[in-house]
Amino acid sequence: MSKARTSIVRTGAVHAALIAYTLVALFPVFLTIANSFKSRNAIFREPLAIPTPETFSLIGYETVLKQGDFLGYFQNSLVVTVVSIALVLLFGAMAAFALSEYRFRGNTLMGLYLALGIMIPIRLGTVAILQGMVAANLVNTLTALILVYTAQGLPLAVFILSEFMRTVSDDLKNAGRIDGLSEYAIFFRLVLPLVRPAMATVAVFTMIPIWNDLWFPLILAPAETTKTVTLGSQIFIGQFVTNWNAVLSALSLAIFPVLVLYVIFSRQLIRGITAGAVK
Amino acid sequence: MKSRETTMDASALKRPRRWHILVFLLPALAVYTAVMILPLIETLRQSFYNTVDGQYAFVGLSNFKVLFGDPRWAADFWNALRNNFVFFLIHMAVQNPIGIALAAMLSIPKLRFSAFYRTAIFLPTLLSFVIVGFIWKLILSPIWGVAPYLMDLVGMKWLFAPWLGRPDSALIAVSLISVWQYVGIPMMLIYAALLNIPDEVIEAAELDGVTGWSQFWKIKLPLILPAIGIVSILTFVGNFNAFDLIYTVQGALAGPDGSTDILGTLLYRTFFGFQLQLGDRSMGATIAAIMFLIILAGVSLYLFVIQRRMRRYQF
Repeated sequence: MSKARTSIVRTGAVHAALIAYTLVALFPVFLTIANSFKSRNAIFREPLAIPTPETFSLIGYETVLKQGDFLGYFQNSLVVTVVSIALVLLFGAMAAFALSEYRFRGNTLMGLYLALGIMIPIRLGTVAILQGMVAANLVNTLTALILVYTAQGLPLAVFILSEFMRTVSDDLKNAGRIDGLSEYAIFFRLVLPLVRPAMATVAVFTMIPIWNDLWFPLILAPAETTKTVTLGSQIFIGQFVTNWNAVLSALSLAIFPVLVLYVIFSRQLIRGITAGAVK
Repeated sequence: MKSRETTMDASALKRPRRWHILVFLLPALAVYTAVMILPLIETLRQSFYNTVDGQYAFVGLSNFKVLFGDPRWAADFWNALRNNFVFFLIHMAVQNPIGIALAAMLSIPKLRFSAFYRTAIFLPTLLSFVIVGFIWKLILSPIWGVAPYLMDLVGMKWLFAPWLGRPDSALIAVSLISVWQYVGIPMMLIYAALLNIPDEVIEAAELDGVTGWSQFWKIKLPLILPAIGIVSILTFVGNFNAFDLIYTVQGALAGPDGSTDILGTLLYRTFFGFQLQLGDRSMGATIAAIMFLIILAGVSLYLFVIQRRMRRYQF
């Protein structure tokens, strides 16, 4: 009896602690979104209140949409992220297939070489990357960002995907070879569909740092036409510091796509992280 | 398995060149080498070069001598390095224990709503530094008064100060903001490690009467040490390469009075210049080279010393 009671007390304490931390995690996001829909006076008078019909206002969003080219920024971010992920997945899967499927001289060495980039941040090469991009006339283009992010994402992609490709049955591939499929057909038609879950994990891992990066957009593509949404909101907010409505609305607009994607994909994301860590 | 490999080798000998291997490897290898490895090497090389009398020339270690010897450079550098270590230590002391505690609670079997807690607590990790930095700047701002108001509710208003604006507390405040954002990563990795402990181990411990707290300390914690090792090295690499959060919260000058300046912001200012300071490519490369050495030292320490000792705990 007393044991059951202590366990109830303990479960209660665990829930209390978790709820407390959940509030800490969500409160700032809630605060920003709730206040972005309020009039300026209401933001300052009652920051914690939810917008009511009297305090509701979209003035912040109007300013943001009029002043900043947020739609353009979104488009840039989307293009950069989607193309980079596609290249990382395609090139990464091809290299992972070569490393896990064939035995050739230098295989292990090649694996180690490609894994180097998991631990060494690409940022340290920025000085020469910028020079290279200037020389190639790629400064202030989305191509520069795509190249950098593809290189940045490849090491982890090759590592995770080759782990998964080792688990694809040899019998299946050999059956394909007997049926006269070329090595390319075996890769694209047999192996790729089987490692799709791993590709999803890699895609998520690749996406977050690209979408959120400030360093490379700031250095390689700060022009108005190539600004990403992260850089765009950084600069917009810097200019409108005193216009709280606009700042809060810009922040909410930047949170929104992440929030939507997260609500849709959180299950896959969390499963991917937990599965990846087991390895 | 063995026989397959030998037949593969035999067939490889018959076919002189297997071009498809090259085709599969080439795109990844080309992009990775051209955009990541070569610039890294080139940056390291440039740390040995500088402009002397209008000529770009090899200068040996003199850039490093300036960085460590010139009082102004040295003061900036040591300040940034010290701040970076404080930044890292706060993460290790706050972020990782909170992450472990959250993971331990979430991994309690049959805990209700655990998926909800997990999802909610991981959310900040996905937000960009720009969002996180500005949200916290607003919350901690004395003008808005959200932080003092909340502290008033628990009777601690007297403790409130404009932390981000004070040299003695700004670094701690920024570090804690970063902890708030990243606590989800140690939580998830440790959570996965905890789920991975075989049930038999836990059952055996329970039969021996080891439960609750002592079970966590004596059984689970030793078993998740490898995961804690990975979390630590990820924290180390992430922290010594950090830039974005400080830049959004405190600006490129990492104020007040350089008190939140870390290696990433120092590199940015040195290489690109800021306000009155002109950009300096060679000194930028020199600082990047030092950062490379620091990260390399940390990673090597982990790979060759820590990870090797931990091997014996794995199943």
